[in-house]
Amino acid sequence: MNRSSKIIRYVSRRLIQGIPIILAIVVLNFFLLNLAEGDAVDVLAGEAGSATPEYMEEMRKKFGLDKPLPVQLAVYLKNVLQLDLGYSFRHDMQVTELIIDRFWPTLILMVSTILLAVGFGVLLGLFAAINLNTWKDSMVSVFALITYATPLFWVGLMMIILFSIKNDWFPTSGMENSAMFYEGFERVKDIAHHLVLPTITLSLFYLALYTRMMRASMLEQYGQDYVITARAKGVSERRITFVHVLRNALLPVVTMAGVQVGALIGGSVIVESVFAWPGLGMLAFESLFARDLNLLLGIFLLSSGLVVAVNLVVDVVYCFLDPRIEVN
Amino acid sequence: MADFWKRFSRNRQAVLGLVILCVVIFVAAIANFIFPTDPFLYSKFPLSAPGENGFLLGSDSIGRDVASGIAHGAKTSLLIGLIATLAAVFIGVIFGAFAGYYGGIVDDILMRITEVFQTIPSFVFAILLVAIMKPSIESVVIAITVVSWPAVARLVRGEFLGLKNREFVQACHTLGMSDLRIMLAEILPNCLSPIIVIGSLMVATAILIESGLAFLGLGDPNVMSWGFIISDGRSMLRVAWWICTFPGIAILITVLAINLVGEGLNDALNPRLRERN
Repeated sequence: MNRSSKIIRYVSRRLIQGIPIILAIVVLNFFLLNLAEGDAVDVLAGEAGSATPEYMEEMRKKFGLDKPLPVQLAVYLKNVLQLDLGYSFRHDMQVTELIIDRFWPTLILMVSTILLAVGFGVLLGLFAAINLNTWKDSMVSVFALITYATPLFWVGLMMIILFSIKNDWFPTSGMENSAMFYEGFERVKDIAHHLVLPTITLSLFYLALYTRMMRASMLEQYGQDYVITARAKGVSERRITFVHVLRNALLPVVTMAGVQVGALIGGSVIVESVFAWPGLGMLAFESLFARDLNLLLGIFLLSSGLVVAVNLVVDVVYCFLDPRIEVN
Repeated sequence: MADFWKRFSRNRQAVLGLVILCVVIFVAAIANFIFPTDPFLYSKFPLSAPGENGFLLGSDSIGRDVASGIAHGAKTSLLIGLIATLAAVFIGVIFGAFAGYYGGIVDDILMRITEVFQTIPSFVFAILLVAIMKPSIESVVIAITVVSWPAVARLVRGEFLGLKNREFVQACHTLGMSDLRIMLAEILPNCLSPIIVIGSLMVATAILIESGLAFLGLGDPNVMSWGFIISDGRSMLRVAWWICTFPGIAILITVLAINLVGEGLNDALNPRLRERN
């Protein structure tokens, strides 16, 4: 069998492996929803101030909350498969619709974060590895150690104090200045201006992670036989580092960028609520206060699905990038 | 033990971490003596800057002492970090031990479950769990435990897989020992050092998760914590920078110290690894 059909088989097998995980998460989701004290009708009634028991019964019937649990689970599964994640009573909208609305801001934030973190992480790790065991290397290590230990929300607040309150360089919150009705390029510029602080905040932790990984990966590659061969051939150290070692060292770092996507989603809940960035994280934060569990579960389900999907994509990209990987 | 201490103290960063950690533990232990009043108690002096009106680190919008909050919060953070980690290690060891020792279908089932829990974005999951159970110390501990155990399970499984076919285990089989006894009394002690290392690093992560939850308003409303002070001081950021700044530094220093100790333990417990680097 040739390689490309092997890859196709590998991809389809990985796809099939992903299905039970998704199913398990959906079932878990359902049970969490039922674990919660009080159902959607209780929440609605509480908000309205007064509701007769008869009216509540009627509402329960309407939402199918009076059926036995297995039936409810089956209905829930069917709905989720049709991408129907229920109704957000607080926003008076379908959860799926709401999530799609708020997905783009989060995507912008995540992509810019990954680019920044991977880019600078690779540079810093490379810098540390070239200057191994010198004060430059130690500086990078200390930076990584400290960033690793800093809570994201605190970094965000400190950024606001320094760059928005003390110096009025960047806006404190939001994604764009909607009162200005910017269009076209002006609007892009405005969004980019709002994006700076949240992106730096969210990328710091991953920057530390990628720096450490890049350094370790470079050191590992330096110990490989091909480096000795290159040296014996008389290739300059510079060329060995930048042409041979760097390319091989990049691979595992790129893979890690995909694996970390779950943690990135968690981080964006924090960062978005600090900077009022109107994405999924902010939506999750809002739903906490409204006790809008349907919405929170929908976001949770989507982010889990995203992790499964990204892992799959990374695995596939990886076997295209590195022909040594066995796809069997 | 003396040998271990010698190796540990060779790592200056680890010793520094240990010293800082001891200071934090000390502050947490004497919080009730230096700040005997309730940290939630408000005073007549709101928004005092650090040093003003006898507030070393300032006061918040209703005049609560930030220093007192930090001292009492230290107790909360350390306790939650420790208890959640112990619980996660307990569950992880059970899962990993059974999966690694028995292999086959047991391994398959247990590892599939672990995989599901590892796929779920952990912080979002923790938020969801606390939101559903209502914020309290118990629900925060449970949430952190639930998102932390899979890493331990994977580690322990790997160790058990590597050890279960070694001669000393085979000898135990011939002596007629029960599986449970072999697992607990023979194999487990041999993989304690990686468990201790991962556990110490998990305490740091647990403290970060706890502060993040408290920041989002998911901490126990009746217990003072660092995340709570910061989340409460957020709206005062413009006029009172100190409310958010100092508790954040407390988190940073504590987590950093625990990480340093963890890495020191790693070096001291796995001397071979150290020589390789």
